[in-house]
Amino acid sequence: MLTKRIIPCLDVRAGKVTKGVRFEGNVDVGDPVRMAREYYEQGADEIVFYDITASNERRDIFIDVVRAVAREIFIPFSVGGGLRSPDDLRRVLLAGAEKVSIDSGAVRNPRLIADGARAFGNQCIVLSMQVKQVEPTEGTPSGYEIVIDGGRTYTGLDAIEWAKRGEEMGAGELCVNSIDRDGTTEGFDIELTRRMAEAVGIPVIASGGGGTPAHLAEVFTEGRADAAILASILHYGEYTIAEIKQDLNAVGVEVRLT
Amino acid sequence: MIAIIDYRAGNLQSVLRAVEHLGHDVAITDEPDVIRTAERVVFPGVGAAGSTMENLRRLGLDAVLRDEVFPAGTPMLGICIGIQIVFERSEEDDAECLGILPGRVRRFAGGPGLKVPQIGWNRVRVERPHPLFDGVPDGSHFYFVNSYFPEPADDSLVYARSSYGEPFACVVGERNLVATQFHLEKSGPTGLKMLDNFCRWDGSTAGPAGS
Repeated sequence: MLTKRIIPCLDVRAGKVTKGVRFEGNVDVGDPVRMAREYYEQGADEIVFYDITASNERRDIFIDVVRAVAREIFIPFSVGGGLRSPDDLRRVLLAGAEKVSIDSGAVRNPRLIADGARAFGNQCIVLSMQVKQVEPTEGTPSGYEIVIDGGRTYTGLDAIEWAKRGEEMGAGELCVNSIDRDGTTEGFDIELTRRMAEAVGIPVIASGGGGTPAHLAEVFTEGRADAAILASILHYGEYTIAEIKQDLNAVGVEVRLT
Repeated sequence: MIAIIDYRAGNLQSVLRAVEHLGHDVAITDEPDVIRTAERVVFPGVGAAGSTMENLRRLGLDAVLRDEVFPAGTPMLGICIGIQIVFERSEEDDAECLGILPGRVRRFAGGPGLKVPQIGWNRVRVERPHPLFDGVPDGSHFYFVNSYFPEPADDSLVYARSSYGEPFACVVGERNLVATQFHLEKSGPTGLKMLDNFCRWDGSTAGPAGS
């Protein structure tokens, strides 16, 4: 059986890791290459980098970060943020990323998922989605809606339906980020994660709200997640990945101990 | 020099970076003469069996590996698709493979909770000692991305197994050839340790099959 994966998430802006709460009030927390190496040494199973640089001219700085990371860490890592075309995907994969994480780019152009899967294989296409809880309507019967542009734009897409479509188009994994929980460390949206895991046959990565080892145990068991993303609690040194994994192991969740 | 064989598969660069990180002299090449004279040969990669074998044949490298490098005793390491093509035949594309080792390659049956491809960290149980396992604890986790797995005709070729719905061979070898289904270059410090062990292995201590 495969282990449950712990995935630190590094939001990178202008060459620095930054973190906010619900995508606002971001502060710089460190150097991405140094932090990636530290998490690698702590026993991260994978790392995800999001380029949240607002402007296009800074993209080259980010690609340099990806190249530097690829020389320093020897676990899979994925890259997302601002990926809009197959050429964008190719660029980060050639720089050394194992997987690409497509988010707003897939909402604007769903074919990007299919084109990416055909060109590079399903295993490297992660459909990432920002989800907000809403009043159920005809268009969003699940009560979960996809938002883009850092949470500012509502798309009218039902999150569960969008996940199923993503799988059909060839996504190899699903990363589900609850905007309502992002950066709060109040716990994952278990209901959202579980409904996603029941709706698709591909691995589900839970994101947003992870604050304690107990939150992780909950999302891996009740939430049926295959992997979980952590940011704030690692960046601020509240726990190391090794400590979290020891706790998970103690309650019977199978993890990779190093 | 360690030669990483370029047969147009993916993932060559990550193996190159890992071997460089370990401080060994390494190059990616598709030239038969460079491969013949290399101290060690690695054939890694992500790809389908059919297209991988087509590329090897087109480049003339299938015969170089099977009829020259293997008989010469050069240490050889296959990774991922590299463990699959050393057998006789693969269910994937119904491809005829190199046939260095007897056996075939099958697809995972899958099932509830068993997504195909398998993507993630799985536990590896050592069945017989091999120099590549020096300093590697039994039961370590390694990173897998695969839909197919090797089924050697002879159990004596199997050095380690993992399990995904059913047990499967994930480290096989004979004489100077060893191969892993998991990605050594993406399996953290434990994977790097095995890769480093290969880069120092003289190919002579694995013993003949059945020993």
